[in-house]
Amino acid sequence: MNALPPAKGQVIGHSVTRLEDGPLVRGQGRFAADVNFPRQIFMRVVRAQIAHGHLIAINTEAARALPGVIAVWTHADVASIPPIPFRATRLQGLEPYCQPILAAGRVRYAGEPVAVVFAENPYLAEDAADLVLAEIEELPVLLDARLPPAEFAPGTSTEPAIVRKQFGDVDAAFATAFDVVALDLSVGRHSGVPLECRGAIARYDAAHDVLELHGTAKKQHWNRDEIARLLGLRPHGVHLFEGHVGGGFGVRGELYPEDLLVCLAALRLGRPVKWIEDRREHMVATNHSREQHHSLRAAIDAQGRLLAIDAVFHHDQGAYVRTHGARVADLTAAMLPGPYRLHAYRVAGHFRLTNKTPAATYRAPGRFESTFVRERLMDAIAARIGVDPIELRRRNLLASADMPHARQLDALGTDVVLDSGDYAGLLDKSLARFGWDALQAELRARRAAGELVGAGIGFFVEKSGLGPSDGVRISVDRTGAVELVSGAASVGQGVETVLAQICAETLTVDYRAIRVVRGRTDRIEFGNGAHASRVTVMSGSATHLAALEIRAMALATAAPLLQAQPDELTLARGHVVRIAAPETDLMSLAEVAAHMGPGSPLMIGRTPGLTAERWFYSDHMTYPYGVHLAVVRIDRGTGEIRVERYLVANDIGRAVNPMLVEGQIAGGVAQGLGGALFEEFRYDEAGQPLSTTFADYLIPTLAEMPALDVLVAEDAPSPLNPLGVKGAGEGGINGVGAAIASAVDDALRKPGAITTLPILPRQVHAMLPR
Amino acid sequence: MTEPQTRHITLRVNGQAREITTPVRKTLADALRTDLGLTGTHLGCETGLCGACTILVDGRAMRACLMLAVQAEGHAITTIEGLAPSPSELHPLQQAFCRHHALQCGFCTPGLLTTLVEFLHDVPNPSEAEIREAISGNLCRCTGYDTIVAATLEAAAMLRPQP
Repeated sequence: MNALPPAKGQVIGHSVTRLEDGPLVRGQGRFAADVNFPRQIFMRVVRAQIAHGHLIAINTEAARALPGVIAVWTHADVASIPPIPFRATRLQGLEPYCQPILAAGRVRYAGEPVAVVFAENPYLAEDAADLVLAEIEELPVLLDARLPPAEFAPGTSTEPAIVRKQFGDVDAAFATAFDVVALDLSVGRHSGVPLECRGAIARYDAAHDVLELHGTAKKQHWNRDEIARLLGLRPHGVHLFEGHVGGGFGVRGELYPEDLLVCLAALRLGRPVKWIEDRREHMVATNHSREQHHSLRAAIDAQGRLLAIDAVFHHDQGAYVRTHGARVADLTAAMLPGPYRLHAYRVAGHFRLTNKTPAATYRAPGRFESTFVRERLMDAIAARIGVDPIELRRRNLLASADMPHARQLDALGTDVVLDSGDYAGLLDKSLARFGWDALQAELRARRAAGELVGAGIGFFVEKSGLGPSDGVRISVDRTGAVELVSGAASVGQGVETVLAQICAETLTVDYRAIRVVRGRTDRIEFGNGAHASRVTVMSGSATHLAALEIRAMALATAAPLLQAQPDELTLARGHVVRIAAPETDLMSLAEVAAHMGPGSPLMIGRTPGLTAERWFYSDHMTYPYGVHLAVVRIDRGTGEIRVERYLVANDIGRAVNPMLVEGQIAGGVAQGLGGALFEEFRYDEAGQPLSTTFADYLIPTLAEMPALDVLVAEDAPSPLNPLGVKGAGEGGINGVGAAIASAVDDALRKPGAITTLPILPRQVHAMLPR
Repeated sequence: MTEPQTRHITLRVNGQAREITTPVRKTLADALRTDLGLTGTHLGCETGLCGACTILVDGRAMRACLMLAVQAEGHAITTIEGLAPSPSELHPLQQAFCRHHALQCGFCTPGLLTTLVEFLHDVPNPSEAEIREAISGNLCRCTGYDTIVAATLEAAAMLRPQP
């Protein structure tokens, strides 16, 4: 049996400090901008300053004439390069909507790359970019995905697809319902906005015919294959490298036009090419996310139990389909039912293009949105039938006995089967930990004293551990040093530490002595990177399997040398020991590795080395879940919302490193508060972006953070992997919009008052009693 | 290549005199990163809003993205690379950040650490509320901040002279 026992291990389950931290606290990290190569030149992107129009001409003469400028390219120079592709979803026909690497005849959002300048230094490149003049004949802009679709190009409309999912007899449920509750809700446009902007540095090594791309993240292997395909190169001659990554959150590491442009320039210009995005660019160039408008109806019985949900939403994709295709709309549709028993469901997600920066995934994509929508609905049902919102949820939650629960829906090409969970149990734990009942009395007293205070809830179901596979190769050398090579990537969340802990548990070595290699296509042939809360589930499970194999190989090699049977031996302290006398070290892993070297008589005719590669496969995702609880106070004078207390309870099956899990959740809460209260990419009526600096796109600071409590639960291990883990990356953000909206309603004493995110002070102020 | 206006300047960086010839328009952050190879000073916004590039100029926390290199002539500069007392030791703030998981991606960390060095010098026995105010000008997108506050409280205790 390969499964790890559920109890806390020697290393797994402990809040050990991170392997990553040493260089980072010393300023020795290597982020994209820190990568430099001799003779490098610098790329600057010229971006459209008009949201929609025909590109009549681009005058590059003045830029070319500037001393130190090496080249200026427009679409004519890169017309042979296909547009940026997307990863498969089941939807077909999205190809006409992909983004060319430089605008081809038409610009569709302010910020779209129309030309690139290459120069000897970044200051000169910026000077030259200012001299490039794009003549654009303006066209009407489409800025609201709810408006009727317009023409995208001759023969195509701005509605590339409609995501439809359905189960049960929706019409029959509505025909016989006790009541119907209908809502219109919106989630604002915001995104991951990592603190490090993007960067890409390419160089071509003609001696070995290898193109290298540095500053990469998240999806190195897929990106490698696509870059090779788009540039007509052999994948073995293209390698991607990941250094330190200053936050990913979904947006970084996707294949963008700039990645291909630096690669192409390195090939054509014969010098390393460096591009570092600045913040203003980031706000208009890197993926936006979230913006959706929902109209939904629920059919309920007399007790407020859901009979059916009929949902329509409009997903504002921005100007082009990017690498995720329609994934966010697909996930929204698939995850909307959440933790509740539902007999019939119908959803139509209108995936629509507008003249804004293209959108894709941001941490908990489709779930932050659909949890807000669904939990607003549950609050509305509770208000309609006059029961407590908590009680209403209890009546609808799926029970432990329902697990595993097949949703009759698919997401990301796999069937949604909720694998395990005790939803009501976690709700009870959360309410007790938060002191919910006492809190209600306290809030009543504060209201009586004139304060505007309220509490709210959001229940969420996450998804994690997307397959199909991930591999890990572990090697022990003759000094006993352990190296773990993974096809995973790291966006700063502690992947190296977690994989080292899992490896150390089985090999009984110090986790700090394990070198973890990730994010490099030159060290492992395949990989699926770091996204969708998959690394601990997929690469963690592969690590566990590879470590078990190393252990078995070590015991099999040591047994004849120790005149024992392998099953009489085990590992302790990084040594082979007898199970009967575990205190006596018999042979170190270094000695075993030496016996397995290519010169060892033991290895004649065999593949040498104490090294093993193992793959973990998964057909289905695993579904973490949890509860968000919030207390807010509204300032009567300004409408400002102050979040006073917050709790996230999140069952993730098993926490390999509880400190890191809590860190993921706390960081998610901060980002969620941004989307709930502060962050929004706004546009004027001409499609000009209004949120292009940190002065007008407001990321939460320490001053906005509430007193936060995190309850990491391990009550429902996943049956789908040997560690029992579920992903922990997205539960912290998932329910924030829902819980804050619920709490603001409560503070206003107006059920259903909040219908849009972010909830801004001026809107709240207008709702206050005069 | 034309950079007509350049100046030869001397800076004192992490205790060492460093001479560079720099265009007058070059920011101090760029000069530190490219001319002196001190890439631990990170640029998150280049408008002074995120705090990632914070360094100490004569002991005071400054945004390196908002200063020109030529303005630093003759001043003593401490960057993140100058915090640890030796290659084998960390500054108490660095130690506490590791212990409390006060960093994830680590991009904002140098600016937070330099800001806090100045703060703990001025306020050796801070309250939690004072810490929260001191670093409310530094953006962190990963941690949610609480662990940074906890680490700072612990580092402050380590840095105070023991009675």
